[in-house]
This record gives sequence, C-alpha cells and structure tokens, in this order.
Amino acid sequence: MSEIESWKRLAALTPARIALGRAGSGLPTSETLRFALAHARARDAVHAALDTDMLGREIGRLGLQVLRVQSRAPTRDSYLLRPDLGRRLQPADREAIAAAATNPVDLSITIADGLSASAIQAHALPVLRSLLDHVRSAGWRLGPIVLATQGRVALADEIGELQRARLALILLGERPGLSTPDSLGLYLTYAPRPGRQDGERNCISNVHDAGLPAVEAAARAAWLIREAFARSLTGVALKDESSARSAGAIRSGSGCGDGEQPPG
Amino acid sequence: MAYRHVIGQTTYRFGDLRELMAKATPPRSGDELAGLAATTAEEAVAARFALADLPLATFLTEALVPYEDDEVTRLIIDGHDRAAFAPVASLTVGAFRDWLLSDAATSDVLARLAPGVTPEMAAAVSKIMRLQDLISVARKCQVTTRFRNTIGLPGTMAVRLQPNHPADDPRGIAASILDGLSYGCGDATIGINPVSDNLSVLGDLLQLLDEVIQRFAIPTQACVLTHVTSTIALIGRGAPVDLVFQSVAGTEAANRSFGVDLAILREAHQAGLSLQRGTLGRNVMYFETGQGSALSAEAHHAVDQQTLEARAYAVCRAFDPLLVNTVVGFIGPEYLYNGKQIIRAGLEDHFCGKLMGVPLGCDVCYTNHAEADQDDMDALLTLLAAAGVTYVMGVPGADDVMLNYQSTSFHDQLYIRDLLGLKRAPEFEAWLQDQGITGGDGRLLPQAAAARLLSSFAALEAR
Repeated sequence: MSEIESWKRLAALTPARIALGRAGSGLPTSETLRFALAHARARDAVHAALDTDMLGREIGRLGLQVLRVQSRAPTRDSYLLRPDLGRRLQPADREAIAAAATNPVDLSITIADGLSASAIQAHALPVLRSLLDHVRSAGWRLGPIVLATQGRVALADEIGELQRARLALILLGERPGLSTPDSLGLYLTYAPRPGRQDGERNCISNVHDAGLPAVEAAARAAWLIREAFARSLTGVALKDESSARSAGAIRSGSGCGDGEQPPG
Repeated sequence: MAYRHVIGQTTYRFGDLRELMAKATPPRSGDELAGLAATTAEEAVAARFALADLPLATFLTEALVPYEDDEVTRLIIDGHDRAAFAPVASLTVGAFRDWLLSDAATSDVLARLAPGVTPEMAAAVSKIMRLQDLISVARKCQVTTRFRNTIGLPGTMAVRLQPNHPADDPRGIAASILDGLSYGCGDATIGINPVSDNLSVLGDLLQLLDEVIQRFAIPTQACVLTHVTSTIALIGRGAPVDLVFQSVAGTEAANRSFGVDLAILREAHQAGLSLQRGTLGRNVMYFETGQGSALSAEAHHAVDQQTLEARAYAVCRAFDPLLVNTVVGFIGPEYLYNGKQIIRAGLEDHFCGKLMGVPLGCDVCYTNHAEADQDDMDALLTLLAAAGVTYVMGVPGADDVMLNYQSTSFHDQLYIRDLLGLKRAPEFEAWLQDQGITGGDGRLLPQAAAARLLSSFAALEAR
C-alpha cells in the first residue's frame, strides 16, 4: 500500500481533520478555506433568526395550538451576554400562556432557537411529529406548543409552570460545532418551575443528519417521560444509560450543551 | 475597609478589596454578568490607581474569600512562604509592577520569589499591567517539571497531542495520534478527553496509550482526562496511569461543583505517585482551569473571575503538577466575549501562573458563539509563545470533533516553532530525530520519513 493510501485509510477512521498535508508549516489553501467555510456556517447558525411564522403554520397543520413568545433578551447580542435574560419570559407572554392554560396538562412542549436556529428549522418538526405518536398512544394531555426566540433551556421551566404541566420538554438548537452547525437537543424537566437546576433535567443531544435520528430521539424522550411520571423525577437519578457523560470538567463534551452551561 | 481615589472633582470609593479588585479589572463580560464590573472607563482607572497604592502585604491580612468559609483561602494563607516574600514585602502593587519589569527581577530571583506570591498578589499586579508587561515578566519566569521528559526549559515549548474522538474509538484515536506524532507533537502529553465515564472504556484507552508509548519507546506521558475519582478507581484496578487529571477552580464551593476537594486531590496525588511510572521526575498531576468557572457554579463570592482563576493555580501548585493549562476561550461569550477579551485573559492567566511557579500552558481556543476566529487564535498563540508558554494543544486541523470547539493545530505549533525557533522537550526532540521525523535542526523532514511509524501503526491497528 502506498503511503498516500495508508493515510487515506487512517483518515477514514475518524472525523478528525487528519492527513491534511502542509504548505510550509501552514495548511494547504484548500484546507484553510474548507475550515473557514465550516466556521462561517457555524457562525451563521448562531446568528440566524428563527422563522416562527413558517414553523408556526407547519405545527398548526398538525392540529396543535401554537403560542409565540420571546425571552427577555431583546437581541442576539444580549442573548449571548446575558444567559439570565434568555431564561425568563416577558410579562405579556406570561399572561398569554397563562390565559391559554385552561386545564392542567401532562406535557408542556417548547421549541426554542437556542444557539442554532438552523437546527430547529431542520429537525424540530420531524422530532415533534414522532413525539406526537407517543403522546397520542400514551394519552398524555398536551398544552399549546410554545415557539420561543432568544430562548435558553430554563425558559421551559417558567412555561411549564404556567401551563401547569407535570413535565416540561424543550427542543432547542445546540451550540454549533464546526462539523454540525444544526444539532438539536431535547431537555426534560419534571415538575417545572423557575429555579430548577441542571442536575434536575435529562437531555437527549446530537439530533442531526449524521447524529441521532428524529424518530429515535422521540422514542428516547417518550421513554424518559414515562419513567419520569412513574418515579416523579427527572435528572441525575434518572440517567439515560446511553447518554452517560463525565461530569465535573472544565471541558465537558457537547452532550448537554446549548452553550448556556459553561464547562462544568 | 474602604478604598478611594480622587480624579478631579470626583471621589471614587470602593467598599472593600473585592470591589477594588473587580473594578480595576480590564473589561470582560463575565464580571459584567456578575454585576462586579466598573460602570465607567474612568472608574476602572481610578480603581487601578487605588490598587497601585495598596501595600502587597494587605493580601495577607485581608482575605477576598473568607478564611473560615473556604479551604482554598486557608491553603493560600497557611501555605504562604514569608521568607520567599520578604524581598517584596514592603512594596505596593504599583511598585511591585515596576520591580518585576526591572533588571533586578531576574529568572533566579523570580523563581525564589514564587512561593511567596499569593494568587491575589499576582492577580492584582496583572490588573495594572499591559500585554507587553504580562509577556516580558512571564518570559523571565522559568518553571521546569519532569515525568518521562523535561518540560519548561528556556527556549522550548511543548505540545499536548489531543486525539479526541466522538465515540472514543481506539482506531480513530490511534489515527489522530499518528498524525500528531508525524508533526512532532506530544511531548507535554498524549491526552484524550473521553466521551465516556465508563471505567472499562477508560481503562481500554489507557491501555492503548500505554501500548503506543511502549511500542515506540516515546519519551512522553499519557493521560485520559476523566474525573479524579475515576482515575483513583482505575489505579486500583491496575490500569497504566501516567498523569492524574482534574479540572479545578479557585473556591472551595466551585471545586465542590466539580465533585472534588483538597482531600480527594491529595488522595489522587498519592495514588499517582504510588505507581512510580515517571522515569525522570515525580510530577504526576495535570490540571485544567478557566476564568468564569466559579461564577458559572454560583460559587464566586463576589470576586472577579480573573482573581479566582489565579486562586485555582494555588490549588494546582500544592500538588507539584507536570502540566496546568487554562482553557481560555472554551467557556463562552458570557464570560469572555470576543477575541480581545480572550487574548487578554490568556496572557493574564499565563503570567499569574508563571509568577506563582506553576508550569502554565494554554488551550488557545474559542467556541462558535464567541466573537472570535482563527486570526484571534494566531494572535494569542504568537503572544503566548513570545511570553514563554509551557505548552499548547495540538488538535488535528484545530477542530476538536468531540468537544466541538476550535483549539490550536499540529500546523499551528509548527508555525510558531519556525517563527521563534522554539524546541521541544529535549528527550522527545531526540526521539523524533531517531525516528527520522525531524532533522538535526528540529524541523520536519519530508513526510515520507513518517512511513516507518505508519507501518508500525498498521500493525498496532491490526491487533
């Protein structure tokens, strides 16, 4: 086998950028530009606005009621700098959600842009559709679907409390990676209310074309919801064995990251 | 006690030492998020004037985080070396800066001073220093550590080879290791951030690294960067552990959020030492830190993030580490907003660590939601290398496909070696020459020379 073939074979073993070659001590032009493109896509994903009109219409076609809200972060910059603002609703939106909450429900579902509107645009509907199959077969009562912009994970705590839900589920765009600008995560919180800690949630991450399929993500969520109802809790005590990830690191993986949580 | 400074008609008052330190800190988003930052640019400079007039010894009597509440404060105060501190004991923070920049502060003098420098002193003086000050003083500080090679000699810079894989696949990891070795990376350590926290998976990764190092007789050390409690368990199972890793922070409460305290770190340190796997030295610990970790754990005691970061180095220092690095841009824009803030923080961290006698490296890095790009990383890498950084990361193509952030690449370290003539750890440098990877001048030979490694790796991969 030639050396070039050997390197090609090695490169096939990992998505890491190996066997790139070099120009002097630098990267070849093609690799420099390939990297720049990946970064540009990730940046665009962070700053893209979520088209809630279109998404709202699509969800309406599934026979669901839709409420549109925005967190207290007025702009993308304020969202990035002030995680606390992205976790709270504006007063008018609070009232609208409360007014629509006529009866207690089992499940409150929020869809939020998080750090990647592209992830929501690409994967929220397929996940929601699959999830509805489980919701219907289990007979869970559902509140109106809340579409939120400039939202972080904990925004669902306030929404879930207002909807008087037993459990809050939020679909949210994860912090974009260079190879995956459109990865979606799902977070589940039993007995939602503001002030819930991250250790009280479960998460399913890496939903994207090369990652976890929407159908499987919905199935895992349904399993977690059933377990949460049976045991009256979510969080570390309800660990999805397949999503174990080492805790307590300055650098933890992309597993449950929407960029809101720093390493740790 | 309150501090004040008058500028024209305005008297700026700072309620206590914490407020003075926070408001003197050059701008960063994390201090603003915590509500600690100065409200005007003039107030920040007034705080710096007041800080410059403060006697250094104040930090020995006025704790920023209460002694009674925090074991890190107790470690700092109880472990302070008064004899080492004596030469600067009468100086103010401002006079300390002037002295550090003077010819009187030679490398030898600074090495003797290090045990007398508390993190708060280092942080305070850094706040009134410009980048050029941080660079030129840090460059004079020499910290040398040893395990199977010698890290930190003047004129050298080491690289941690970081061959992460999103599924911990041993063959994928081996492929990245081979690529990195062919670029002359890996003298600091070959260190994997695992996805899994499963002990048998971690044990397999340690076996893989041990086999690579043994088979090719590489004078370096391996590390799987998992929680210390897992590493202690792995040592108990007889796994081949070279370096014991842990993330640490600058307060007891923040460390608790990482699931550690000083007692468990002592236990881990002793467990690592007990294996006696180092051939040249007994520096067995590897720590990572980063500004903002205490605030994110709601454990910051209203102290600014840069001072708390320096306190993390006091934790590291107590365990004679081989390697310590700040992961400077990983935490996100709510703590360090953009390239400018990341660059300043990286140089502050490096300066504070080195002044305290800690072998400080840096993960020069950023995330995609920070206002930063490769140009900022080039700038920080170049400045840190000029400052004598102990080591940086070597990530394939700068793209960590497991942790989803951008660090420095195999190519980046080549660039800076070429630019500044920086050598590797001497034992590793000699090994690369023996392998025909580098020539006598330390520069890479044409890539065909890596063919021998490549064929040996094919055998390893086929096992």
